[in-house]
Amino acid sequence: MLRYAFRRVLSALPIAFIAVTVCFFILRLAPGGPFDTGRPLPPNVLANVRAYYNLDQPLFTQYLLYIGGVLRGNLGPSMAFYDFNVSQLLAIGLPFTLTLGFSAFVIATFVGVLAGMVSAVYQNKWPDYVLVLAVMIGLVVPNFLMGALLQLWFGVYLRWLPAGGWVTGSITHLVLPVTVLAWPHAARISRLMRGSMIEVLGTNYVRTAKSKGLGSRLVLARHAIKPAMIPVVSYLGPGLSYLLTGSIVVEQIFGLPGIGRYFISAALNRDYGLVLGTTLFYMLLILVLNLIVDLVYAWLDPKVRYS
Amino acid sequence: MENVLEISDLNVSFALHNSEVHAVRDLNFSLRAGETLAVVGESGSGKSQSFLSIMGLLARNGRATGSAKMGDVELVGMPPRQLDKYRGKDIAMIFQDPMTSLNPSLKIKRQLSEVLVKHQNYDEKKALKEAIEMLERVGIPSPERRANAYPHELSGGMRQRVMIAMALLCRPKILIADEPTTALDVTVQAQMLDLFRSLTKDFGTALVMITHNLGVVAGVADRMMVMYGGRAVETGHVDDLFYDPRHPYTLGLLSSTPNPAERAKRLTPIEGLPPSLEHLPKGCAFNPRCKFRFEKCFEERPPLEPFGEAERKKACFYEGQLLAEERSA
Ligand SMILES: Nc1ncnc2c1ncn2[C@@H]1O[C@H](COP(=O)(O)OP(=O)(O)OP(=O)(O)O)[C@@H](O)[C@H]1O
Ligand SMILES: [Mg+2]
Repeated sequence: MLRYAFRRVLSALPIAFIAVTVCFFILRLAPGGPFDTGRPLPPNVLANVRAYYNLDQPLFTQYLLYIGGVLRGNLGPSMAFYDFNVSQLLAIGLPFTLTLGFSAFVIATFVGVLAGMVSAVYQNKWPDYVLVLAVMIGLVVPNFLMGALLQLWFGVYLRWLPAGGWVTGSITHLVLPVTVLAWPHAARISRLMRGSMIEVLGTNYVRTAKSKGLGSRLVLARHAIKPAMIPVVSYLGPGLSYLLTGSIVVEQIFGLPGIGRYFISAALNRDYGLVLGTTLFYMLLILVLNLIVDLVYAWLDPKVRYS
Repeated sequence: MENVLEISDLNVSFALHNSEVHAVRDLNFSLRAGETLAVVGESGSGKSQSFLSIMGLLARNGRATGSAKMGDVELVGMPPRQLDKYRGKDIAMIFQDPMTSLNPSLKIKRQLSEVLVKHQNYDEKKALKEAIEMLERVGIPSPERRANAYPHELSGGMRQRVMIAMALLCRPKILIADEPTTALDVTVQAQMLDLFRSLTKDFGTALVMITHNLGVVAGVADRMMVMYGGRAVETGHVDDLFYDPRHPYTLGLLSSTPNPAERAKRLTPIEGLPPSLEHLPKGCAFNPRCKFRFEKCFEERPPLEPFGEAERKKACFYEGQLLAEERSA
C-alpha cells in the first residue's frame, strides 16, 4: 500500500510539471499583459517594470526562470498586489478555501451517498421521488443562481443566515456557501450511487447474502455498500475538480476571502504569477486528493489492489 | 418418513407493465427428511422461481401464493425479517453461478463466518474456526489460506465448494441446489456431485437438486419432479421415471439425453419450442409438441394424478407405456 502510494506520488510529478508548462504558455498566448489595464504607464516606467518582472526576457528564458523559482519554493511576485508575493497571497486565502472546499466535499459526499442509497432502497416510491427532485435541482440550477436565491431567501427575507461576507470562526457564514457548493456535487454522487446501488441490489451475491438470512440491514451495510461505492469513489476525483472550480465562483458571490477570489481577479489582471501559483496549488490539491481516492478505491475493490 | 417440506398449491407470478406472467402454477409436492429430489425441466419451466419463492427471494415484481410448510412454519407470505430466522439456518440455497454468487469485495472467511455469527450466536473466532473446518470438509486444500482470499482469487470449482460449505454451515434440514454444476467443467461436476452425495448423507440434509442434466439426476436423486410450462407434469422415483416414463415430455427429455449404454442410438431432440408462459395453449400445455396427443388433450388440461403403484403421478391422459410404444413404432 505504502509503495503504491509512493509510486503514485512519483508519477504525479511529471503530470504537475506538464500542466504548469502548458498553463505558462497558454497564459502568455492570451492577448494583453499585466500592465495594460488602468492608466497607461510612461514607456520608460513600463520598461523598468517589465525588466523587474523579467518580462523583457525571451519567453523561454522566463519559463526557465519561473520553473527554477518554483523548484526552490518561490512562486514569484504578484503583479497586481504589489506588496505581496504569490506565496503570501496563497497563504492568506488558503485556510479559507480549504475549509470551504473540504467541508463542502465531505458533506456532499456523505449526503450524496446516503441519498443515493435511500433512493435505491425505496426505488420508485415517494422517498425516491423527493430525492430525485432534489438531485435534479442540484444538477440544473447553476451555482450563481442558486447562491443568489439562497441569499435572498435565507439572508434577506427570513434573515436566518448572513447573506455573505466573512467573520473569522463563524459557522453561520459558511452555511450558505457550503450548501451552494455541495448541492450539485451531492446531486451527482447521489445519482451515481442510486444507479450502482440498484444494480448491486440485483446481483447474485446480494441474493446469496439474503438467502443466508443476514437481515436487510447487514445485507445493505456489509454486502451492498462497498461494491456500490466503487463508481462513486472513482467519480470523487473529477468531482473534486468541479467542486474547486465551483468554489471560485461561490467565493466571489458570497464575498469570501479565499484564493478563488484571487484567481478571478488575477486572471482578469493578467497577473501571471498569481494565476500560475493558484493553478499550481489547485493542481496539487487535486493530485493529492485523487491519490487518496485511488487508495480508497483499492480498498473497496480487491481486484485492483495489487496491480 | 417425515416430511421436512410440504408444498401445496404454490403459485408464482410476476407483474409486468400491464400484464402478468404466471411462472409457477399449482405446485404440490413434499420433501422427505434426508432424501434427494431432482427437479428437471427446460429453461423457463419455473424450476428456479418455485424455490426462490420459498426462500423469499423473488424479484421485486414477483408474488407467491399457496403454501410451503417447513414443519409448522409457513414460509409463503412470511415477512423477510421473520424468514431470516430460518433461511441460512434450516433451509439453505446454492445458486447456479458460482462466479457471481460470492461477494467480490469480502474475504471468503467473512462470508462464511457471518452465517454462524448470525444463526448460532458464535463469536467471530469460533465461527472462523468452524468455517475453516467446513472448508476442509468440502475438499478445499489449505483452507486457512483460502479463507483469507477474495473470491476472484479462487477457481470456479473452488468457489462452488465455498458456496456448498457456506450453505451447510448450520447443517440445514433442507438444501436447495439450483443447477450447482452447470457452470463447471465435467470433471469438476463429478467431484461436486460426490460431495453433495456424501455431505447430505452425513448431515441428514434433504436435497433439492434443480438441473437440466438427467445424468446428474441418475447420479444423485431418489425421486424426481419433471416440470413443464410452470407445472409439475410427472413425479415419482427416479428409476421408475427412467425405465417407464409416462409423460411424453419426460420421454422426450430421456431420449434427448446421451446414454453411454446406447451410444449407437441417435439422440432425438424434443421437437418444437418451449412454451411462452403468456400464451399457453388450451388444454395440455405440451400438446403442440406431443407425439401421443389426441382430441381430449386440446380441450382439457390433464391434472397431476396418481396412477398405478409406487407413488407415481402424471399429468397426461394417455394411458400406455410410452417407452415400449415408441420402441415398437
Ligand atoms: N422478474 C421477472 N419478471 C418476469 N418474469 C420473470 C421474472 N423472473 C422470472 N420470470 C419468468 O419466469 C419463468 C420461469 O423462470 P425460472 O427461472 O423458474 O426458469 P427455470 O426453470 O429455472 O429455467 P433455467 O433452467 O433457465 O434456470 C421464466 O419464463 C421467466 O421469464
Ligand atoms: Mg433456473
